[in-house]
Amino acid sequence: MPTLAPPGPAATRPRKKSGITPDSTLGLLAKIVLLGLVDAFAVYVSITLFLQEKWVILVFASAVTLLINWIYLRKGGLPAKYLAPGIFFLVIFQVFVMVYSGYVAFTNYGDGHNSTKADAVNAIQLSAQQRVLDSPAYRVSILERDGDFHLLATDPDGGVSVGATDAPLEDADAITDATGRAVELEGYRTLQFGEVLANQEDILAVTVPFSDDPEDGSLRTSDGSSAYVYRPSLSFDEATSTFTDLETGTTYTDTGEGSFQSADGEQLSTGWKVNVGFDNFTKAFSDQNIRDPLLQVVLWTFTFAIVSVLSTFALGLFLANAFNLPDLRGKRIYRILMILPYAFPAFLAGLVWSGLLNPEFGFVNTTFFGGADIPWLTDPLLAKVSVLVVNLWLGFPYMFLVCTGALQSLPEEVNEAARMDGASAWRTFTAIKLPLLLVSVAPLLIASFAFNFNNFNVIYMLTDGGPRFDNTTANIGHTDILITMVYEIAFGTGVGRDYGLASALSIIIFLIVAVVSAVSFRQTKALEDIN
Amino acid sequence: MTTLTDSQPAVVEPPAHGSGSIPQRRRRTFGQWFRHKGWRHTVGVATTIFAVFPLLYVLSAALNSNGTMAGSNVLFSRIDGGNFEALFNNPSRPFGRWFVNTMVIGVVTSVATVFLGALAAYAFSRMRFTGRRVSLLSLLILQMFPQLLAVVAIFLLLNAITDVVPWLGLGSQLGLIMVYLGGALGVNTYLMYGFFNTVPKSLDEAARIDGASHVQVFFTIILPLVTPILAVVGLLAFIGLSSEFVIASVVLTDPDSQTLAVGLYSYVAQQRSENWGVFAAGAVLAAVPVMALFLFLQKYITNGPTAGGVKG
Repeated sequence: MPTLAPPGPAATRPRKKSGITPDSTLGLLAKIVLLGLVDAFAVYVSITLFLQEKWVILVFASAVTLLINWIYLRKGGLPAKYLAPGIFFLVIFQVFVMVYSGYVAFTNYGDGHNSTKADAVNAIQLSAQQRVLDSPAYRVSILERDGDFHLLATDPDGGVSVGATDAPLEDADAITDATGRAVELEGYRTLQFGEVLANQEDILAVTVPFSDDPEDGSLRTSDGSSAYVYRPSLSFDEATSTFTDLETGTTYTDTGEGSFQSADGEQLSTGWKVNVGFDNFTKAFSDQNIRDPLLQVVLWTFTFAIVSVLSTFALGLFLANAFNLPDLRGKRIYRILMILPYAFPAFLAGLVWSGLLNPEFGFVNTTFFGGADIPWLTDPLLAKVSVLVVNLWLGFPYMFLVCTGALQSLPEEVNEAARMDGASAWRTFTAIKLPLLLVSVAPLLIASFAFNFNNFNVIYMLTDGGPRFDNTTANIGHTDILITMVYEIAFGTGVGRDYGLASALSIIIFLIVAVVSAVSFRQTKALEDIN
Repeated sequence: MTTLTDSQPAVVEPPAHGSGSIPQRRRRTFGQWFRHKGWRHTVGVATTIFAVFPLLYVLSAALNSNGTMAGSNVLFSRIDGGNFEALFNNPSRPFGRWFVNTMVIGVVTSVATVFLGALAAYAFSRMRFTGRRVSLLSLLILQMFPQLLAVVAIFLLLNAITDVVPWLGLGSQLGLIMVYLGGALGVNTYLMYGFFNTVPKSLDEAARIDGASHVQVFFTIILPLVTPILAVVGLLAFIGLSSEFVIASVVLTDPDSQTLAVGLYSYVAQQRSENWGVFAAGAVLAAVPVMALFLFLQKYITNGPTAGGVKG
């Protein structure tokens, strides 16, 4: 009877931690150490942000740090202390990235449009460099540090300087050989001739600017032993925001859409990131190159998800019925063997099946079809069938388990009553068992639909979306679903990366998933469980 | 094997069966037997073959050091460990590293997931605060949107982080783990919340009266009592992570830091048929731990309807 006991120190103030017991000093210590680590990290990040002049992020980072400290240092507010760590990651890597997808969907972010205008101007000046005729040759040695290549240049007057693509030339105190050419520099490793040959491509790409201003020109080498002065062939006029080609006199003006364009429509390859409004969405639904494939992909995504759910459910239910007999021998063995595909990692399943279905050497063609050349993965229709069969292979065991569970939980009386009334086995099943079963299984079917709607692994590993559509230049094909199309557009090798368009497509998937979730919410009792 | 011995003698000589264990109850004709049970065995054998032959095929290809896809088509024609040797001796495709990476990323992420989820579930189950219902609902809604939908934004975010804290950005396993932890709440918290609610509140009240702090109640009273759900959530998270390809492929670019999913994909992406045997060996090694865990967990996975969304 705690209430009647003589009031000890703990009983009088049960809600306040006394701070005297060894456990709570340990707790306090842990708290101080953890919070200290977090703050130390925050300070480190803040200093870096400050040095990089990223003010907006700095303000956010500081605000988050203050919030964390406030949560853990104040008295009370217990729930926040337990929820904060999980919510921190949730907000950044689930909520924020969704919102950020929404933002990117309204920009032209992608290859050639991935930074600010100032960066773009700089990059154009650097890339449009041409060798200055009659300029003196610099003798160079190629140095390496941390995997980057540097040029050690000896100018015609004997002065020595060092630099790399992102580090303008600066004077260096190097060791020279008999001819006065600088060959070694402390802190760097000099490349031997063979190494220069092996890294030819990277070394030819090294462009060492003379100063921070690209208009001053740069040094480049074409043979690894001598370098020449290059100057931009395009000159930038800041007042009018135009580039002028110094040779032809063509002017490239700012289009307002993140790139420079000449009067006859020629565009400079490097642009910058701007907001483009609904352009990505209109592009998705009007651009010939995207619209038709997108329509086919959307149709196939729905077909794939719906047929996958129905086929796995049908087979699973059929098997559950077949094995729902108490005295059937070997039931457990069947069960374990049939569950194996479900246990097999899905990405491996896709890869393994792609081998099985290989037209020339695949097991299926050589063994089951006597060496026939059936194009399982390269014919548009057969590829779709193959994808569905493989997904059936992966998915039916789950439905089998679910249906077995649901069948066994049906009350036996229902079955008996139906038999008494003279119903056939088939009629008992369709009129009584199935409706009862659907009540408990429907939410799972919807969840399975949502899962298959974004079933990236099977498609990507099995067919990689192929065979390709022939009405588009993008690397999308007949078995691509929306999420693999997003991946292809954002990270694929077919055409340039287009993060804006990919995000716009992600947003479309978001909306579809939201509708599906809304439907499933109405179906489930999950809401009622929360009190 | 048992499936065959179970059904076949019965098919060949049904009378012998009748005279054995069930003495002369009634002699059923083959037709009757088939209508009642035989078709079930036919279905069972057919489905088992469908389910198992791809797995046998990988196993056979893995053990056949002939190597090419064409040479792997006669099952178990040759058994040796050549492919496994080749698998571990390819410096440009470090399978051992991939395996370790997958284990490390999987274990760290699932332990952290369980911990973060348990903290949140404790708060939801034991404390009453404003916004509790809304938070639970938001979690339930948020987990409907898989992280891979935002893969582009995740890539761009990590790209930006690379400029500030390089060891948390693109190419960093720690960065990848952080991304995965974004999904740590959601369905896990919801599962654990239900389980936490089954632990009687009188237990923690008693402990509180004895002077235990809320932290002590959490670590010494609640956590030991909910170990089963912690194990299930952790193992499920691990199984899911070991198959994760999309985000890992975008974040981890250096072969030495990749996971099995990304690495094994690259093994066959370019030249599927030449590397086949070695790939199969890798596939077997990658699949065995996951399958073992899965079969061990099987009964938990189908029990809760909410757990159903995990796979399938």
